[in-house]
Amino acid sequence: MAELSNQLMAFTVLAYLAAMICYAGEYAFGKRSRIGRAATRELVGAGAPVEPVVKLAAEAPAVGRGEWAGRIAVGLNVLALVLHLATTATRGLAAERMPWGNMYEYILSAGLVGSAAWVAVLLRKPALRHLGLFVSLTLVVLLGAASLVAYTPVGPLVPALNSYWFIVHVSTIIVSSGIFLFGAVPAAMFLIKNGYDEGRRSFPYTLGKRVPDAGALERLTFRLHAFAFPLFTFGALIAGPLWAEASWGRYWGWDPKEVWAFISWIVYAAYLHARATPSVKRTVATWIALLGFVTMLMNLFGVNLFFEGLHSYANAG
Amino acid sequence: MTVVEDRPATADAPPPRRVNPVLALLRNSWRQLTSMRTALVLLFLLAVAAVPGSIFPQRSVNRENVTEYFTAHPKLAPQLDRFFAFDVYSSPWFAAIYLLLFTSLIGCVLPRLRDHIRALRNVPPDLPKRMDRLPQHAAQIEVPQAPADQAAAVARTLRRRWFRTRVRELPDGAWAVSAEKGYLKETGNLLFHIAMLCVLVGVGFGHWYGWHGNRLLVTGADQGFCNALTQYDDSALGPRVDPSDLPNFCLQLTDFDATYQTTGQPKSYNATVSVTEDGGPAESRSFTVNDPLRLENASVHLLGQGYAPELKYTDRYGVAQTKVVPFLPVDGMLTSEGVAQFPDVNIDPKTNSRDEKLQMGFEGVFLPTGSTDGSARSEYPDLRNPVLYLTAYRGDLGLDVGIPGSVYALDRDQIDSGELKKLGGERPYVLKQGEKLTLDDGTTLEFVGVRQFATLSIRYDPTQFMLLIATVLGLIGLMLSLSVHRRRVWFRVAPASGSGAGSSVIEAGGLPRTDYPGFADEFAALTRSLKEGTP
Ligand code: HEM
Repeated sequence: MAELSNQLMAFTVLAYLAAMICYAGEYAFGKRSRIGRAATRELVGAGAPVEPVVKLAAEAPAVGRGEWAGRIAVGLNVLALVLHLATTATRGLAAERMPWGNMYEYILSAGLVGSAAWVAVLLRKPALRHLGLFVSLTLVVLLGAASLVAYTPVGPLVPALNSYWFIVHVSTIIVSSGIFLFGAVPAAMFLIKNGYDEGRRSFPYTLGKRVPDAGALERLTFRLHAFAFPLFTFGALIAGPLWAEASWGRYWGWDPKEVWAFISWIVYAAYLHARATPSVKRTVATWIALLGFVTMLMNLFGVNLFFEGLHSYANAG
Repeated sequence: MTVVEDRPATADAPPPRRVNPVLALLRNSWRQLTSMRTALVLLFLLAVAAVPGSIFPQRSVNRENVTEYFTAHPKLAPQLDRFFAFDVYSSPWFAAIYLLLFTSLIGCVLPRLRDHIRALRNVPPDLPKRMDRLPQHAAQIEVPQAPADQAAAVARTLRRRWFRTRVRELPDGAWAVSAEKGYLKETGNLLFHIAMLCVLVGVGFGHWYGWHGNRLLVTGADQGFCNALTQYDDSALGPRVDPSDLPNFCLQLTDFDATYQTTGQPKSYNATVSVTEDGGPAESRSFTVNDPLRLENASVHLLGQGYAPELKYTDRYGVAQTKVVPFLPVDGMLTSEGVAQFPDVNIDPKTNSRDEKLQMGFEGVFLPTGSTDGSARSEYPDLRNPVLYLTAYRGDLGLDVGIPGSVYALDRDQIDSGELKKLGGERPYVLKQGEKLTLDDGTTLEFVGVRQFATLSIRYDPTQFMLLIATVLGLIGLMLSLSVHRRRVWFRVAPASGSGAGSSVIEAGGLPRTDYPGFADEFAALTRSLKEGTP
């Protein structure tokens, strides 16, 4: 079963990679075709309640090369998600426990949540398909790094991790980190699109040419963060301390992982504040959200690799 | 946005009187401190201030790592120490930031609380003059009933949708319905910020009135422990705790049970202790990792485990001494390092005086499962083939100088200065359980047996339950604050002119008071339901 999981992992990364290439192809060839949105709906077969899209589709020109690339990309993306799910599930079955006992599994699961959130958004708002390039790129990098840097053979949990609160703590943190990580994609695209709209034409801004409307991206960014923030609060500041108290005797001990969770929490709180303050520009607020993303990455990789602490998932296997 | 409205602007300040410049300065500083921008800056400062705590080892987390850091960076470390780099979270600068945040939070919450209570007591405001200027607007909705009845029907619909609603007759014969919904957003937001205040206060109190200590406890009746400061290996009392305040209990480890995977990874630990509280009867209780032993005003947490070999030294005069010496694990297979020191041996019964040159020390590693190839690494954490690798030293152990040394290693200075001399050859002595080694002077050391030990953390934090309640309430507040939207709607129900006497026309307007993309849909649904006459 563990072998199977490892092989599936390879296919998952390949599928995301293929999806990424197709998204990139669409980016390169496609003009901003509207039929794509309708086509996406057909392809993934979900009843997205977007009436105007269907109307627009009727007027749109014939399907071009870029359009095909886009459709295939979505198909591959869904396939990759299924493979990803299978990788995670077989990993859990092989270990006979929840698949988040070490850093490798943690990234696998957090990535799965992020990816699933992306596909869910894609189904409801097909117009955002162009973001797929960046989502799949992020996933390829994350999963690739997990396999190369953090791979741990299947093993049972050390006694300290064997607790209900552990399951609650880690699962909520995985879901919220997944959503935060995914939330960085519309955040970055908003900044790019906004710069493009303001007339900037240097490198990253040129990507903004075919990106959906800036306001919509900004709202999506906020909604993802506003959803993930309470969940993260629960996972990191309630369930985590509950478990830590039972396990180590203190609810909070400034272990490096705790420090960085605290930092991420504060930075995301600052983002929500900044966004609620009218005198702070939306671009500034969004930069804060991206800073939050950096602190999450630091917690995911940096802390496990650079610092020694009680949360040493990286060597728990 | 609420923020704009809820913060009294400078324009509302009393009319220009001659103000005391000091007062003016104070008032301005206060306003600055409690502004949203300052809160933002303080939040950032707090985040940045927390970073060094993950880069440098912290005394509160791991004292030994700090000592190591000092040895590794003898020049840099004392400099860093001056800036509290090893006590970040109890440093004055960290405290300064969170006290400022705390003050800012109070200054921000109190006026908002007052305003919100006022808003809750007030009725929804009157119709705006120009409803067509509102973000949402619908005109000329024709309805069959007369204005008064129609207004009542509209109000009923709104109340059913949880709007606070007020109906009023206007001088021109029309009726006005004003309604507002979403007060829970601000309520939740205030609840959240007040909960944060409680958390800050609670953490402070917990620090003042809490205490904790660590203790390594070996199995056996001769190794019991009673809760007193001197009995701890290391401990910390809050500033408001007196050593005599510690609760009265004694623990004795009767059994320790560990199970392992075939790979050597631990599967479970279980400690059984005999507890006496306040001089009561002894009671047998077990606890494990993640499931601490809860006593009155203290909880006992199992952190780790290891082995303590029992060693019997018989000196030149045939006097034997037995010691149970905990060896500290250095790897997952429980290869453990330790030292057995016998300062009071080889005392000549005739003179009854101790010769410091004849003190004995044995240093080395203990392997629960000795390897077949003779390497000094354990192969499995359970006691399958316990082996000791020991080096013997004779001479002054340096224990009498009064400087507390490590109990897990010999004093290097004594060895370097030649006061403590190594016996035997290069290779250490190898001892299996039950074996005895004989030294050059005929004295012997016997490896009698092995006991288990548990490392325990014993703590008391008076506020942690309160903190749990506060964070849960805060979370509820946060979710309300982020998911509820505050909005107002107004309806003007006027008698229809012309044909349909007894019928009316409605003009409707809506204002979202926070960013709320779904408001247009809600408003449309509301006006549609009026047109169709369905609630
Ligand atoms: C411990 C530090 C603080 C944390 C963690 C924190 C966190 C938050 C969060 C998560 C929100 C929700 C944002 C939203 O509803 O969109 C919020 C809103 C708010 N905070 Fe704070 N806050 C803190 C300190 C402060 C301080 C010191 C002030 C006052 C200067 C303040 C004023 C506000 C205001 C006015 C809002 C409402 C914004 C709105 O929704 O319109 N907060 N805060």
